[in-house]
Amino acid sequence: MPFEAWEEQRARDIVAAHAGEAGATLPILHALQEVFGCVPEAAVPLIADALNLSRAEVHGTITFYHDFRRETPGRHVLKLCRAEACQSMGGDALGARACARLGVDWGGTTHDGRVTLDAVFCLGLCATAPSAMIDGKPVGRLTEARLDKMIEAAL
Amino acid sequence: MTARLYIPKDSAAVAVGADDVAQTFAARGIDAVRTGSRGLYWLEPTIEVETPEGRIAYGPVAAEDVEGLLAAGVMEGGEHRLRLGKPEEIPFLKRQTRLTFARCGIVDPLSLADYRAHGGYKGLERALTMRPVAVVEEVTQSGLRGRGGAGFPTGIKWKTVLDTPSDQKYIVCNADEGDSGTFSDRMIMEGDPFVLIEGMTIAGIATGATDGFIYIRSEYPAAVETMEAAIRVAREAGHLGANVLGSAYAFDLTVRVGAGAYVCGEETSLLESLEGRRGQVRAKPPLPAIKGLFGKPTVINNVISLATVPIILAQGAAFYRDFGMGRSRGTMPIQLAGNVKHGGLFEAGFGITLGELVDEIGGGTASGRAVRAVQVGGPLGAYFPRDLFDTPFDYEAFAARDGLIGHGGIVVFDDTVDMLKQARFAMEFCAIESCGKCTPCRIGSTRGVEVLDRIAAGEKINANTALIEDLCNTLKFGSLCALGGFTPYPVMSALTYFPEDFTGPQTLAAA
Repeated sequence: MPFEAWEEQRARDIVAAHAGEAGATLPILHALQEVFGCVPEAAVPLIADALNLSRAEVHGTITFYHDFRRETPGRHVLKLCRAEACQSMGGDALGARACARLGVDWGGTTHDGRVTLDAVFCLGLCATAPSAMIDGKPVGRLTEARLDKMIEAAL
Repeated sequence: MTARLYIPKDSAAVAVGADDVAQTFAARGIDAVRTGSRGLYWLEPTIEVETPEGRIAYGPVAAEDVEGLLAAGVMEGGEHRLRLGKPEEIPFLKRQTRLTFARCGIVDPLSLADYRAHGGYKGLERALTMRPVAVVEEVTQSGLRGRGGAGFPTGIKWKTVLDTPSDQKYIVCNADEGDSGTFSDRMIMEGDPFVLIEGMTIAGIATGATDGFIYIRSEYPAAVETMEAAIRVAREAGHLGANVLGSAYAFDLTVRVGAGAYVCGEETSLLESLEGRRGQVRAKPPLPAIKGLFGKPTVINNVISLATVPIILAQGAAFYRDFGMGRSRGTMPIQLAGNVKHGGLFEAGFGITLGELVDEIGGGTASGRAVRAVQVGGPLGAYFPRDLFDTPFDYEAFAARDGLIGHGGIVVFDDTVDMLKQARFAMEFCAIESCGKCTPCRIGSTRGVEVLDRIAAGEKINANTALIEDLCNTLKFGSLCALGGFTPYPVMSALTYFPEDFTGPQTLAAA
């Protein structure tokens, strides 16, 4: 997923496009992350200014939510479900395998910047568990072989 | 006439290859209508073909099967090893009472004509002929209770909003379906979005609200896309906007996307999030019905509650109320998930037992091993052993056994499950997802993980077990919301019904 490099004017435009919405913070954060791959620190004062909030309030909101990244993720993002329905179908072992094969812990990115491994708590695919999502695409009935194939393709 | 082919675009069907199947048919010049899923997930991807005798289903179909299916005359309903016959004759579907899910998996989700042809907008049309107070009364009389988990009577909520004067009121749909083992909200939003739009519009007209928000979790990108597209279609057709269906009522909808916080499924936390803040729980009172979104009277209901309103208005309160048992009226879309042979969506009147659901309908485990435990109601629900399989699916019956039906998810575990590990996960999950506002939840959950780790290591088992019980008591009675308040359910049920897993390292080694 190619993301744009940080550019203040581009960020200001994105913030301005949503600033008029009621409760605009989350829509703004999502829009920034979609373009830049994360919500960079430099965006905080821009959002605070546009919404008449303190920087602390904006910082507090960003850090509360698991979705918002402070750094750009790897080229591929692999999300593995760690919740109960997937646990019942061997999800824990698949998670451990993914961490080992990628050499990262949950939330980590491989050294070459190719893959970020995220934990997710439920993708709503609980009758076709274990579940994953690779670059936004849902994957069900995950097996060791399928996981290995996905990781190899991403690396 | 060219036969019509239907292939689900439901996320779970796509997750097991439905897009590949559709593309393979498309490459052969056959474009399918992409529907939602009927919810028989072990048979996904399922394809259906329109024949003179009705639809004929085939599944589970892989892209590699397409060639053979075409050779067997699939488009005329031809014989093939994957042929399932008429979908509504499959026992899993035949045993159901599909009211809320009547259209899901059958219609084109974005076709208003299809929606209307299958009974859509009859509820709203009737509501427009009634006084708002009568619409609220109809919902109250139906006995509908909040399907998100709390089970609060929907009509009572609406009545409070109707009776609270304000220049602005809101309808908020809680589509932050975070419970593991649940997917009914996702299925409706992906497979029959207009039913949710219709239900929210009725809620708006009944309570005097002109604006609605649907707060969908970010883990559901396909649901977000389908809901947004359906709202545009409804708006263009005049079903949303300044004059709903040509009436004097105005109502419009906005989709908002969550950001991965489980606690935002709690209604006051969701409102904080919609307002652009940290999703921290608000103390109640004031109730959201009186001071909700942006301080205005707000109806906040789960997707399934709102999506059930159209059929109640279309068929009348008595029709809906006649299903169910005790104080649990109507039907519940139950979700069979995890290690289960026949997983999927099973909508039935309240009263069916847990054993019937798991053994008969679910067919036992997918692994073929014995069922050891089931967790009902998501990560905050209790683990029930086989001994409690006679419990009827009913709000009060589950509460009487220190459990909850929650949003209707059942996760099945086989005999390889380590219940101490599950109890530990419940505490860990609470620690990860706690909003941090109240101490029992924020600190207690982390202490809970530590104490369970000590039991697992065989350290002072009796003393630490007593400590866990005491801690659960503090969480249960001292937390602000259900996250801290209900985390004791999975922990204590695991400890009560599976004490053999809490006896130190030897059980861990065996697991």
